Amino acid sequence: MTSPTTPPTGDGSGPEGSDRAPWAAATPAPATGTSNTAQPPGSLEAEGARVPAPRRRPRAGAGRRFARGGFKHPAAIAACIFALFPLVYAFSASLSASGSLLGSNRLFSEITGANYTELLTDPQNPYLTWFANSMFVSVTTAVGTVLMGAAAAYAFSRFRFRARKGGLLALLIIQMFPQLLAFVAIFLLLFAVSEVYPFLGLNSRLGLVAVYLGGALGANTFLMYGFFNTIPRDLDEAAEIDGASHAQIYWTMILPLVTPILVVVGMLSFISSFSDFLLAQIVLQEPSQYTLAVGLYQFVAVQFGENWGVFSAGAVLAAVPVVALFLFLQRYIVSGLTGGAVKG
Amino acid sequence: MSTSTTSRDGTSNRGETGLGEPLELRHSHARGFGLGFVVKLILMAGINAFGLFGILAAWAAGSWGILAFLVIALIVADLVYFLPGKRILPAKYLFPGLIFLLVFQIFVLLYTATTAFTNYGDGHNSTKEAAISQLTNTYEQRIEGSEAYPITVLSGDDGLALATVEGDQVLVGTADQALAPLEGARASDGRVVEAPGFETLDYAGTVAAATELSELRVPVSGQEAEGVLRTDDGRTAYAYDSTLVYDENADAMVADDGTVYANNGEGAFAGPDGEELRPGWQIFVGLDNFGAIFDPGTLGGPFVSVTLWTFAFAILSVALTFLLGLLLAILFNDEKLKFRNFYRAIIFLPYAFPGFLSILIWAGLLNTDYGFINDVLLGGAAVPWLENPWLARLSLLLVNLWLGFPYMFLVTTGALQAIPKEIYESAEMDGAGAVRKFRSITLPLLMVAVGPLLIASFAMNFNNFNVIYLLTGGGPQNLESTTGVGATDILISFVYKIAFAGGTNDYGLASALSILIFIMVAVISALTFRRSKALEEIN
Repeated sequence: MTSPTTPPTGDGSGPEGSDRAPWAAATPAPATGTSNTAQPPGSLEAEGARVPAPRRRPRAGAGRRFARGGFKHPAAIAACIFALFPLVYAFSASLSASGSLLGSNRLFSEITGANYTELLTDPQNPYLTWFANSMFVSVTTAVGTVLMGAAAAYAFSRFRFRARKGGLLALLIIQMFPQLLAFVAIFLLLFAVSEVYPFLGLNSRLGLVAVYLGGALGANTFLMYGFFNTIPRDLDEAAEIDGASHAQIYWTMILPLVTPILVVVGMLSFISSFSDFLLAQIVLQEPSQYTLAVGLYQFVAVQFGENWGVFSAGAVLAAVPVVALFLFLQRYIVSGLTGGAVKG
Repeated sequence: MSTSTTSRDGTSNRGETGLGEPLELRHSHARGFGLGFVVKLILMAGINAFGLFGILAAWAAGSWGILAFLVIALIVADLVYFLPGKRILPAKYLFPGLIFLLVFQIFVLLYTATTAFTNYGDGHNSTKEAAISQLTNTYEQRIEGSEAYPITVLSGDDGLALATVEGDQVLVGTADQALAPLEGARASDGRVVEAPGFETLDYAGTVAAATELSELRVPVSGQEAEGVLRTDDGRTAYAYDSTLVYDENADAMVADDGTVYANNGEGAFAGPDGEELRPGWQIFVGLDNFGAIFDPGTLGGPFVSVTLWTFAFAILSVALTFLLGLLLAILFNDEKLKFRNFYRAIIFLPYAFPGFLSILIWAGLLNTDYGFINDVLLGGAAVPWLENPWLARLSLLLVNLWLGFPYMFLVTTGALQAIPKEIYESAEMDGAGAVRKFRSITLPLLMVAVGPLLIASFAMNFNNFNVIYLLTGGGPQNLESTTGVGATDILISFVYKIAFAGGTNDYGLASALSILIFIMVAVISALTFRRSKALEEIN
């Protein structure tokens, strides 16, 4: 406070503080007291590697001794098989030569890339178009959700205005009603919008994005609001004294400090719009506009099992970027999940 | 214009005293002619252009509701972003999200609520006037023994007109004007080639105006009984008369055989035997839709069974995923377990894999004839996993368990690790055994942290459309039922079927059912809401 020349962005304690402390506290919605719930998952991987094995052998109760018995590995392996086998099966089916459901049952008996070739070259089912559509819809939705949610959270966290409490409460209530339930009205609304903005109405990807963005505030503002509150207001005040405008404080100071929660919200929004089937099915009506969810379903539903190999190839390719993103951002996501967000 | 003092209002005074040199940062990007201002101007110009375009288009299309909304939204947007002052600041940050929230969440909610009280749906989707004119046109018939009129399509100031040659006279008529001789018109070969005040349409022009032409009705004469001319190809017209005439006094459609189709008060004209004419029109039906849902004779039976299954599905899904997740979390909460991180990564995979894809893969796995489970794991058995009602329910729970347990595993692992070790140590000193420790320490502390997530998970599964629709499609269908409801339909997929699948699209009924789901979700949320800390956070 006494050094007005400090630029607001580079406040020394900022980045470090944001890495841990606000993180843990950003998950208070469900935590009810144990506000550090979110912290352990972050250390999930680190811990196992760090802790050397034999240390406190003598302090073993009867239960512990039993637990250390050999049953853990078989149980763990069973769980892993359960988790893995549908995915392995799909991978094998995508490589199978026969391409039918029955023919896919002999895992990895023959390996061919024919399904992938067919998938990418079939003009009837433009997989690459669907893929691009999905990416466009999900990325746009994620970016829009992050921008709007963060702006709203900033307003609620930093400004004191008359409708603030009421607004927060209203958001809390509105977010309980899944937008999904209003799908009939959404269909009718977009039908009407088509006459005015054809590119925003039925059968348009942007229209679908707009629908998804309708849920941007409700679901995520709270998650972000908690996180924003953990950034000390002293920082804002110092910057303000230095003459920074509200926009400068927001864009150059606050946003970099809250990056973790932005990543989580963006990621969750990406996943939920990527996986959404119901709204996408209602809005998008032509194969050229389909997202992967709608396209692959139509593809496999026409003659179930006939195109199994090609479908599996499509599933594997579609999953790769999502799984990669997940694994890449695992730490963030795990913590964000504990914060109360649920995969859609 | 760009002075920094105005931008910070009151606060800048406080900061200015004794602070020495103002910094470069003092120039507000939003108000000075800096980069920020330029960006803002460009954005606002784009938004205004977008809005104005929409206003014009809405005007042209006659969408008055959208027009009014756009005008208001545009004015508010300009006010919010160009008015100076600190009081408007929060609005600058809230406006974008609020607009989307307003349209795609709040409006659709209210719209759902109003639709629930109408009979909106197939056969009831427009006004009464539209229904009458459509009925009149649909039920028209070529007058028996009437001649064919070779015609030429003309285009005049009042729209299309038809011209025909009778003897050596050229007759021209429009929708409002019965056929009458036109002075100065010229015909050759029985076709009109020139008509003053009109432009004759060639073949291409006729094709281009095909829609308008198909709706054109030209009275043959002043007498209604002679019918109206109607053409399908633009070259020949026939005299038609409607077999149905609207009688304004009786508010009924009267057929030419004397049958009276009276307004039955339910948005349709119905004959004496109760047969309704299609289309009808949209009316408010009060609580009829809700009545139908609770009436055992119509939807009552399916509604109760679907609701029960919805609750059972949601509760069992949460319970099973939580139990398995907790079990694994306890199992892996052992620092000495080898390959612990490897196991964790594997178990994480189902969560990372896009849900809609894994559900479809499971549908293949569980296929009765060719599925991997029957064919390989069960050695060629033909267990009807998705065809038998109870097995289908079991399969759904199994698949949902697969989809959900990694999430529960992650969450409970986090919560378990957050429980301080000291508590266990002091409990051990007091002589607590493993079971006692679990019951008195682990479980209560775990539930505090995970409880709200379980409720969230319940709410999500309550409306888990994807897993139902993609795995079983709600089936197997109850063949005795006329509603198309299946054994595994949950409420949301039931709504979907009423609205979009099956023979009729009954939006009113579907909306009413949606409202009921809203209410259930609201009650559940309210019950659990009080225990949530979220409220305290606001204060």
